[in-house]
Amino acid sequence: MLDLKKRSTLKAGLLVFASSVMLTACGEKTETKTAAAPAATPAATTTAAAPAAGPLKVAFVYIGPVGDAGWTFAHDKGRKAIEADFGDKIQTTFVEKVPEGADAERVFRDLASQGNKLIFGTTFGYMEPMLKVAKDFPDVKFEHATGYKTAPNLAIYDSRTYQGAYLAGVLAGKTTKTNKLGVVASFPIPEVIRNINAFTLGAQSVNPEVTTRAVWVSSWFDPAKERDAAMTMIGQGVDVLIQNTDSPATLQAAEEKGVHAFGWDSDMSAFGPKAHLGSAIINWEPYYKKTVQSVLDGTWKSGQTWWGVKENSIDLVNVNPSVPEDAKKAMEEKKAQLAEGKAIVFAGPLVDQSGKEVLPAGKEADVAMLKSMNFYVKGVEGSIPK
Amino acid sequence: MDTFLLLLAPALAATINAGTPLMLAAFGLLVNEKSGVLNLGAEGMMLVAAIAGFAVTSATGSATLGFAAGALGGMAAAAFFAVMVLWLNTNQYATGLALSIFGAGLSAFVGIPYTGMSLKASSTAIPVLSKIPFIGPVLFNHHPMVYIALVLCASLAWFLNHSRTGLVLKAAGESPESAHALGYNVRMIRFAAVLFGGACCGLAGAYLALVYTPMWQEGMTSGKGWIALALTTFACWKPWRVVAGALLFGGVTILQLNLQGLGIAVPSQIMAMLPYLATIVVLALISRNPDWIRLNIPASLGRNFNPNAA
Amino acid sequence: MLKLEPRSAPSRLMSYASPLLAVLLTTLCGAILFALLGKNPLAGLSVFFWEPVKNLRGWTEIGVKCTPLILCAVGYAICYRSSVMSIGAEGMLVAGAIGGGGMVLALDQGSNGGAGAIALALAAGMLAGMAWAGLTALLKDRFNTNEILVSLMLVYVAQLLLSYLVTGPWRDPMGFNFPQSKMFSSGFLLPTLVRTTRLNLGFVFAILAALAGWLFLSKSFAGFRLQVGGMAPLAARYAGFSQRKALWTTLLLSGALAGLAGVIEAIGPVGQLMSSMSPGYGFAAIIVAYVGRLHPIGILFSSFIMALFYIGGELAQSRLGLPNAITGVFQGMLLFFLLGADVLIAYRVRWSK
Repeated sequence: MLDLKKRSTLKAGLLVFASSVMLTACGEKTETKTAAAPAATPAATTTAAAPAAGPLKVAFVYIGPVGDAGWTFAHDKGRKAIEADFGDKIQTTFVEKVPEGADAERVFRDLASQGNKLIFGTTFGYMEPMLKVAKDFPDVKFEHATGYKTAPNLAIYDSRTYQGAYLAGVLAGKTTKTNKLGVVASFPIPEVIRNINAFTLGAQSVNPEVTTRAVWVSSWFDPAKERDAAMTMIGQGVDVLIQNTDSPATLQAAEEKGVHAFGWDSDMSAFGPKAHLGSAIINWEPYYKKTVQSVLDGTWKSGQTWWGVKENSIDLVNVNPSVPEDAKKAMEEKKAQLAEGKAIVFAGPLVDQSGKEVLPAGKEADVAMLKSMNFYVKGVEGSIPK
Repeated sequence: MDTFLLLLAPALAATINAGTPLMLAAFGLLVNEKSGVLNLGAEGMMLVAAIAGFAVTSATGSATLGFAAGALGGMAAAAFFAVMVLWLNTNQYATGLALSIFGAGLSAFVGIPYTGMSLKASSTAIPVLSKIPFIGPVLFNHHPMVYIALVLCASLAWFLNHSRTGLVLKAAGESPESAHALGYNVRMIRFAAVLFGGACCGLAGAYLALVYTPMWQEGMTSGKGWIALALTTFACWKPWRVVAGALLFGGVTILQLNLQGLGIAVPSQIMAMLPYLATIVVLALISRNPDWIRLNIPASLGRNFNPNAA
Repeated sequence: MLKLEPRSAPSRLMSYASPLLAVLLTTLCGAILFALLGKNPLAGLSVFFWEPVKNLRGWTEIGVKCTPLILCAVGYAICYRSSVMSIGAEGMLVAGAIGGGGMVLALDQGSNGGAGAIALALAAGMLAGMAWAGLTALLKDRFNTNEILVSLMLVYVAQLLLSYLVTGPWRDPMGFNFPQSKMFSSGFLLPTLVRTTRLNLGFVFAILAALAGWLFLSKSFAGFRLQVGGMAPLAARYAGFSQRKALWTTLLLSGALAGLAGVIEAIGPVGQLMSSMSPGYGFAAIIVAYVGRLHPIGILFSSFIMALFYIGGELAQSRLGLPNAITGVFQGMLLFFLLGADVLIAYRVRWSK
C-alpha cells in the first residue's frame, strides 16, 4: 500500500512538473530572457531588452492592501499622483501585502532585476532585506520609509506624523468635555509613543487639564480590535480619540457613540461624518515627486529625510465645520508655526510622567531623542509596555 | 463602587456585542458537527458572507437584505463543501481548510471595488427599556441581530433536545450506519445541517461587515471563524454553553483592553494573550472528566459516510 | 444521472492521473479567471508556472520557501496519520524561532560563532518547538482537552510572546527602540549552499527530514504502531499499543520539526528576530500535507507546488498588476480539484438511468 503510494506520488510529482514545463513552453514569455546564468556576479544588473532611454521604472512595495484607507492607501495615493505628474516619463508598479521578513527580500530582488531603477519600501520591517538587495544592485536607488540605516544607494525617509498628531491634539483639547483623551495604538514603538506624546502636548497647549490614555491592539490593522479598544476607552469616559492604526474603525465607533475622533494617514471623514474632527494625513506626493525628479536629473543622493508640515507632507485636513472657531484658530496658528519650520512640538520645558525634566526651556528635541523616544510626557496615563 | 459600575455597563455591553458574531457562527457549526460533519471552512464562509452582505447593503441600503445575502453567501459556500464531502467523499479536514483559504481569497478578490467604502454606522436602542439605569445600556442597546442570536440559541436547544428531527440529526452524527439502516437519508440530513451551518456563519460574517465595523476589508474576520470552531468544542456541543463561551472569550478580550485603558503596567501583548489562555484553562477544566467529552462529542464527527458503500 | 460507484481496488491509473487532472483543472480555471480580469491567460499562467523557476535563483527561492513548508508538513503527516489533529505548527515554529534566536542572542556577544554555535541554536530551536508541542500533549494527556483547539490557541499565544520579546527585552539596544532584535553576526547564520543565493543548509535538513519521516512511517515499528492507532484505535489498543505514547511521540516529533523550521528561518533568510517570522507557513503546511497525501515524499512535491503558487502570486502582482488575492484563490482551487480528483481513485463515475 505504501509502496504504491510512494511510486504514485513520485510519478505524480514528475507528471506535475513535466506538465507545468510543457504548459509554459507553449505559453507566451512575458519578459525578454534575463541573464540565464546564475547571479554569481553581484554586478549582474538587469539585462532588460529595453534601452536606457525608456521610461524610468519605479516600484513600490507595500505591507498592507492598497484599500486599507490608511497607511498603504496614502502611499498609493502618492504613487498615483506622481504617475499623473510625470506621465510618460515614468512607469510605476506596486506589490501589496508583502510580509516583512524572508519574503520581502525576494520581492525587492525581483523588482530590481526587472529593470526598476527606483524602489520604495514602505515599512520599517523591510530595512534589512532592502539593505541586502541594495548591495547587489548598486545602480538601483532604494528608498526606505521609517527606517534608520542607509547605504550609498539606499536613502531613508519619514514623515513627521507627530506634527499631525499635535495639531489634532489642539483641536481635541478644545473639543473635549471630559478632558479625557484616548489613543488606539498599535505597538509600543518610538513612532507611536511620539505621536501619543505629541497629541497630548497639542491638547495641553490649549487645555492644561487633559489626560491621555492608550490602549494597544498589537496590530497595525485589525478593525474589530480597534473598535473594541475605542469602545473600551469611550466607556471609560474618553470623548476624543485618535489612532495609530490603519483602519477607520475608531472613527466609526466614535460616530456610533456620539463622541469625536480623527482620521489617520488618510482622509477618513466619510466613515464618521459627525464624529470626525479632522484627518491627520500624510501626503507623500511632494517627497515622491522630488525623489523621482532627482533620479531623472541624475542628482539623487542617499541620506535621511524627515518632512512635515513645512514641506507639505503632513496636514490636518477636512476640519469639521462644527469645530468652534477659537479651536480652529488655535490650530491654524500652530500649523503656521510648523509651516515656518519652528520645532514647537517637542520643545523644552518638557517633563516626563515621573516629573523629571527631559528638556530644559529653550532647547528642542534632537533627532536621536525623537527617533528613539521611550518615555511618556506628563499627562499621559499608564506606562509604556517595556 | 460608582465608577466600577460606570465602567462595568459599557464593558458588558461591549462583551455582548463582541460575542454575537462568535455565537452565531458557533451555532451553525454546532448543528454541523452534531450531524457528524466537521467544517473547518468557517473563516472562508464568514468572509464570503461578509462581502456578499456588504455589497448588497451598499447597493440597496437595506441591512435586512444584506443579512439575507450574507446567509445565502454562507450557504452557497457551505453547499460547495457539502457536495465535495458528502457526495464525492473527500476528506473533511482538508476540504474545510481549502474552503477557508479559497473563501478568503475569493472574498478579497470580489471585494476589491468595495475596499475603503463604509456604511452608515447604526446605533440601535430599544425605546424605553434602554433607559433603565445599568440594565438598559447593557442589555437593551443592541442591534436586533444580538437578540436574534439569543432566540436562535433557545430554538436550537429546544430543537436538539426536544424534537424528533433533532434526534434524527443527532443520530446521523452518532451512528450514521444505524440511521441509514433505519431508513433515514443520512446524506440529506447532513446536507441540511451543513447548509444551516453555512447560513449561520453567513449571518455572523454579515454582522461583522454591517454592524460591528461597517466597512469591507479583506480578511476582516481576523480568525473569528477559528475561534467559533473552538467554541463548539469548548461548549460540549450545547447551545447555551456556546453563549457562555462566546461571552467569556469576548469578555476577557474587553477586560484586557479595559485594564490597559486604566493604566495597568503589564505589557500589552501579555494582556492580549489572556483570552486565549482563559479559553485553554476553562477547556481543560471542562474536559477533565473523559466521560463528559465522550458523552457529548458526536461519535462519527469528521468521518465520512457513503450510503452506497454501506 | 451520475453516480459514484466504489471500485473493487484503488485505480492505479487515477492515482497517477489525479494530481495531473487537478493541476490541469486549476490551470484551466486560472486561465478563465485571467481572461475575465482582462489579462492574457497565457501570460498569467506563465507568470505562475514558469517565471518562478526561470533561472537558478528562482529555484533557490523555491527551495527557501519549501523548507519550512516541508518540515511542518512532515510533522503534520505524522500527526494526522495517527489521528492527532494538531493545527498548531505555526506556534511551534514561532517557539522554535524564539528558542533558536534566543540562543544566538545569548551566544552572540563577541564570539565568532561557527558550526558549534549554529548546532546549539538549531538544538535550542527544536527543543523549544518540542516544549510548545508538549503543552498541547500535556493538556490532552492529563485533561483530555481537544488538541485542535489547544494547538490553535497556542499559536496566538506564541505570536504574542514573540511580539513582546522583540518589542521589549530582546530588542536591539542600538536599534532606536524598533521592535526587532539585532542582526545576528554572520558566524551564526546558516551557510548557504549556492553562492549569492539564499538557499541554505536548512533545505538539506528539510529533505533529510522528509526522508527520515518516510522511513519512520513506512519502515519502523514505531511508525507502524502510530498509524494503526490512527486507522483502527480499537485494534491498536487490543495489540497493546499505547495511545498515550502515540500522542506524545507525534506531537513532540512535529514540534521538533516545526521548531527546526522556525530556527532555520531565524538564522537563515531573515537573520534576526522580528515580530513576523512566518507568513503562515504552519497553516499552509496543512494543505501541503494533505495534497502530499500525508506521505513525506509526496510532501516534497506538494510543497514545491505551494511555493510555486506563493511566488507566482507575488510575481503576478508586479508583472501583470493582478491583486494579491489571486494566490489564495489558486491555492484553494488546487486543493479542491485535487480532493475531487482523488475521489476517482476509489470510485468510478457511472451513468445510471
